[in-house]
Amino acid sequence: MTTTLNHSDKLAEHAVFRETLAAGEPWLHEVKAGQTLRILDLEGNQAVDTLFYSLADPRERFDPQRTLRRQNSLYLTTGTVLYSNLGNPMLTIVADTCGRHDVLGGACAQESNTVRYALEKRYMHSCRDNYLRACAHDGRLSKQDIGANINFFMNVPVTSDGGLSFEDGISAPGKYVELRAAMDVIVLISNCPQLNNPCNAYNPTPAELLIWN
Amino acid sequence: MDWLLEETVPGGGHASLIVKRGQCLRLTDLRGGANVSLMLVNATEKSERLSLADTLKCQHTAKLTAGHCLYSDMGRVLAAIVADTCGWHDAIGGVSNADEVNSKYGVGRYQELRNAFYRNGTDNLLVELGKWGLSISDLLMTLNLFSRVDVTGEGALNFVSGNSKGGDYVELYAPMNTLVVLTAIQHPLDPNSDYAPKPVKLSLTQADRQVAELCRTSCEENVRGFINTDRFFL
Repeated sequence: MTTTLNHSDKLAEHAVFRETLAAGEPWLHEVKAGQTLRILDLEGNQAVDTLFYSLADPRERFDPQRTLRRQNSLYLTTGTVLYSNLGNPMLTIVADTCGRHDVLGGACAQESNTVRYALEKRYMHSCRDNYLRACAHDGRLSKQDIGANINFFMNVPVTSDGGLSFEDGISAPGKYVELRAAMDVIVLISNCPQLNNPCNAYNPTPAELLIWN
Repeated sequence: MDWLLEETVPGGGHASLIVKRGQCLRLTDLRGGANVSLMLVNATEKSERLSLADTLKCQHTAKLTAGHCLYSDMGRVLAAIVADTCGWHDAIGGVSNADEVNSKYGVGRYQELRNAFYRNGTDNLLVELGKWGLSISDLLMTLNLFSRVDVTGEGALNFVSGNSKGGDYVELYAPMNTLVVLTAIQHPLDPNSDYAPKPVKLSLTQADRQVAELCRTSCEENVRGFINTDRFFL
């Protein structure tokens, strides 16, 4: 699948929800079937780590491997259908001005930071701490429900010999991705606080979230 | 080798066992073309599970082979790949469910086929996970041993047939008590349209920690991963 840039004609003033999510913050929100969620990279090169769950049964969740093999492509962009672990379509990417999003890199955690960078990095803020905090307050989800996520705006290319690298983001200020929900979903986001690699250009920044009916 | 256990899992079969800290599990592709879909769990704290995302990014690799570690979501090494005659194991393809198997191979019910009925990786792993009190929430990204999926520059996925030959094996050393849940089932991207999963042999042995030095020292990240793992046993 080649990179597919596709703009949206939706206007921000028509959105039923609009919020700016500061760097390093979690966000848990429902998006109903038929609604469209826009995730907007306000200042550029900001990874937005995202998980999706069925509202009706949160044990049904985004399945990265099924999503990749159903589209026979490693990268997410316009036209990608996000499938659940039960094989149902959850959301479709209907607009994308960035062109490539990652599902292999996962979310940062205190524990993986100790492995990747240094044992002393344990106490830096992380996406999976954000997930746990949001889940604990919401009550419907727990650690057991946290699997591999989507990294919107993140560029993690795989080479022909099986190498994997975290490249400088291909996103830029104002780039966005839009997803139309095929079922009622819970969206769980961590606006990534990682400071140790170029996924946020070493400078985590806010993201904007908009929902249209 | 002095094997503690030797067992053949037939094609389509599923199994699970705890590989104790210091033991090594060898999986052998008996006929060639086998695929083993695998989940790993910390046997004493089962909320800690294999994280392929952490595994790949910690070691800057999309494929897995000798020298690599399989990481949990808690920064510890559930298993180290200490030997591998095959050279490439796949982290991308996952497992099929019943609908995918039905549409690919046709209907193959127990009613007609008895124990040769068409099984699928998702249900096989769910059954095996269920025996340990685990559920669909614990069926995360799975590793497919003996299979290779290449990624083109554009991102297209290509299953490479013939990656594993008869007699190829991979050895997983456990630096912690690791619950291994597996099924010998065809890779979802295997283009073969016949339902024909291949058998694998499981061989368990006591091992010297030295066998994992290749993995522990293959990168700085793994040195730290083993430190995290050892701290779990203080």
